[in-house]
Amino acid sequence: MRPSLMKQVEELRGVNSVKIKEASEQGKKVVGTYCVFSPHEIAMAADAIPVTLCGTKEEPIAAAEEKLPRNLCPLIKSSYGFAVTDTCPYFYFSDVLLAETTCDGKKKMYELMGEIKPMHVMNLPQQGEGEENLKFWETEMKRFKSFLEESFDRKITDEDLKAAIKLGNRERQVMKDLHELNRVKPAPLSGKDMMMAQWLKGFNVDKEAGIHLIEDLITETRDMIKEGKSPYTTETPRILLTGVPIGAGSEKVLEILEESGASVVALENCTGYKGLDRMIDEEKEPMKAISEKYLSTPCSCMTPNNSRLDLLSRLAKDYQVDGVVDLTWQACHTYNIESYQVGKFVKEELKMPFIQIETDYSNSDRGQIKVRVEAFLEQIQGEY
Amino acid sequence: MQTLSMGIDIGSVATKGVLLNQDHEILDKVLLPTGWSPKKTGEAVYRLILEKKRLMADSTLDPRSSMNPRVVVTGYGRVVTDFATKAVTEITCHGKGAQILHPKTRTVIDIGGQDSKVIHLSEKGKVLDFLMNDKCAAGTGRFMEVMSTSLGVEVGELSALAEGYKARKINNMCTVFAESEVISLLAEGAAKGEIARGIINSTAQKAAVMLKRMGIQEEVFLTGGVSQSPLFRKALEEELNISVYFRQEAQFVGALGAAAIGLDIKG
Repeated sequence: MRPSLMKQVEELRGVNSVKIKEASEQGKKVVGTYCVFSPHEIAMAADAIPVTLCGTKEEPIAAAEEKLPRNLCPLIKSSYGFAVTDTCPYFYFSDVLLAETTCDGKKKMYELMGEIKPMHVMNLPQQGEGEENLKFWETEMKRFKSFLEESFDRKITDEDLKAAIKLGNRERQVMKDLHELNRVKPAPLSGKDMMMAQWLKGFNVDKEAGIHLIEDLITETRDMIKEGKSPYTTETPRILLTGVPIGAGSEKVLEILEESGASVVALENCTGYKGLDRMIDEEKEPMKAISEKYLSTPCSCMTPNNSRLDLLSRLAKDYQVDGVVDLTWQACHTYNIESYQVGKFVKEELKMPFIQIETDYSNSDRGQIKVRVEAFLEQIQGEY
Repeated sequence: MQTLSMGIDIGSVATKGVLLNQDHEILDKVLLPTGWSPKKTGEAVYRLILEKKRLMADSTLDPRSSMNPRVVVTGYGRVVTDFATKAVTEITCHGKGAQILHPKTRTVIDIGGQDSKVIHLSEKGKVLDFLMNDKCAAGTGRFMEVMSTSLGVEVGELSALAEGYKARKINNMCTVFAESEVISLLAEGAAKGEIARGIINSTAQKAAVMLKRMGIQEEVFLTGGVSQSPLFRKALEEELNISVYFRQEAQFVGALGAAAIGLDIKG
C-alpha cells in the first residue's frame, strides 16, 4: 500500500550525490546550508546550487566529540562530524557555506566549522516580530547577497531574484501539496515516506526534476485515495509530530511511533511543514519579500515563538489529529524548554494528549521510548 | 465456570503475578526475582499460579486452552513471553490497578527497579497524562540498590538501617557519582544509618520533583518496589506536604491492572 514512485524518491539520495559531483565538475557553484532560515533563493539567483548538508546520522559524532563537548545536541555534533571527517559529498562539493546565528550551540560550532571552508554567517534576530527586526534581517540578506556576488564574481539582479523566487515557491507549493494529502483519513502516505520525501528535497540538485517527481507522486497518491487505499484504517491514531528536525538516520521516534501502530500524519518540524507554510510574496520587492518569509519561520530559537503554537493548532485541526508528540534532542535548550509551553498549549487549549520525547541519535533507548509511545497510544485509544 | 484472568508484571528487579476473578477479587499473588531471564521468570510465575490453583488443563502453556485463564503481560519483559493473550504497557496497567485498589486515586507515583513514573488518572481510571524518568537510574530502585551495596546491605534492609538516624545529605543524583560520595562519607566516619537515611531522602526528593512537574492531583497512590520502605514513604510525604496512599500490595498494582484488563478483553 505504498506509491510505487516512493522507490524513485528514495533513489534521489544516490542520484543527487552523483549530480552534485557532475554539476561541480562542470563549474557550477554550490552553496551548502544547514537550516530552514537559509535563503536558498539568493543562491539560486546567483546561478548556484543551494543544498542542505548532512547532519542526521550518528556515525560521525565520535569524531566531532574530539573537539565539541559531549553534552551538545546530536544535530550539531553530527553536522560538524560530517564536515571534519569529510564524509558528506554535499559538503565536499560546497564552494561556500551559509549559516545563521540560530541557537548558541550552532553558532559557536560554526566558528570551528568556518576553519574548514569559507563560511558566511547571517546574524539572525532573536525576535521574529517587529518592523525593526525585519529591517535588520533585510540588511543581513543584502550582506549575504554581496558575499555571493563577490565570491562568485557575478551580479545578482532583481530579475534573477524574481525567477529564483518563482522556482522556490513552485518547489515549496508542490511539497506543501504533498504534505496536505495526509489530511485525508486514513492517511495515504506513511509518516516515514512523507518525512523521506520532504527531507530529500533539500538535496535536490535539479529542482525541476525534483518538482516533476513530486507532482507525479501526488497524482499516484491521489489515485490511491480515490481507490480507498491506505496503509492505515480510520481507527489508526493520527499523530502530529513537532519539535526538532529529522532525516535519514535520526528518524528513530517516527519509526517507533509507526511500528507501534500510529499514523504520523503531519510533520511540523523544519524538515517537514514548517518551511512550506508560507510562500515568498512574488508581488513585493524581492529582497524584502525573501526577508519577510524567512523571518516568519516559527523556530524555538526565537523569543517569543507564539507562531509555532498557531501553526500547531492549525495542523491539529486540518489533519484531524488525535495526539501531539514533541521530539527534542538532548541538550537542545530551546526546544527542551519550549516543550513545556507546547505541552501546556496542546493539553489545555487543543485538549489533546501530548508527550515529549527527549533523545539523541543512538539506539540505546529504543526500549524506553517504545514503552512511552505504546502507553501514549493506549492513552489515546482509551480502551482500558 | 467463572472467568479468571492473570496479570504478570515482568519488572527489571521483580516479576509479579496476580490471579483475579470477575469481581476483581485477588485469588492468588506471586513474586519472584526477575534475575537474568525475564522470559523464564515470567513463565515460572505463570506456571506457579496455574499449578497452585490447579488450573493447568494440560502441560502446555497455551492461553487458549479452555481451563487456562487469560493472561495479560506488562512491564519491560512484556514483549518476550509467548503465552500472553495480550501485552499492555505498565503505565496503563498501573492506572487500572490503582483505580481498583483505591478508586479515589488521581495520581500514581510508581518507583520501580529501573524507572519511575507519574500517572494522572480520570475518575474512571483512564490515563490522562504520564511522565517517565529519563534513561538514568537517578530516583529509581536501582539507585537505592547500588547505594545499599556500597553500604554492605541488601536494599530491603536500607529502611531498617536508617531508622532513628538523621540524614546525611547525598548531593549527587547520578548513581555513579553518588556511589563515590557515599564512599567518601564513610571515610569521613559518617554512620551507615545516616547515609542510608540520606539515600532514601535523595530518592524521595527526585520523586517529588517529578510529581510536582506533572502537578499533584489528590489522592496520590505510591506503588512499586520502593514503596515497601516506610522511611521512603515518610520522606516523600514530607517533601510533598500531603499524605500519600499506600497498600501492602502496592508492588502488585501493575500485575493487578494487567489482570483486570484481561477481564475486559472480549471473547
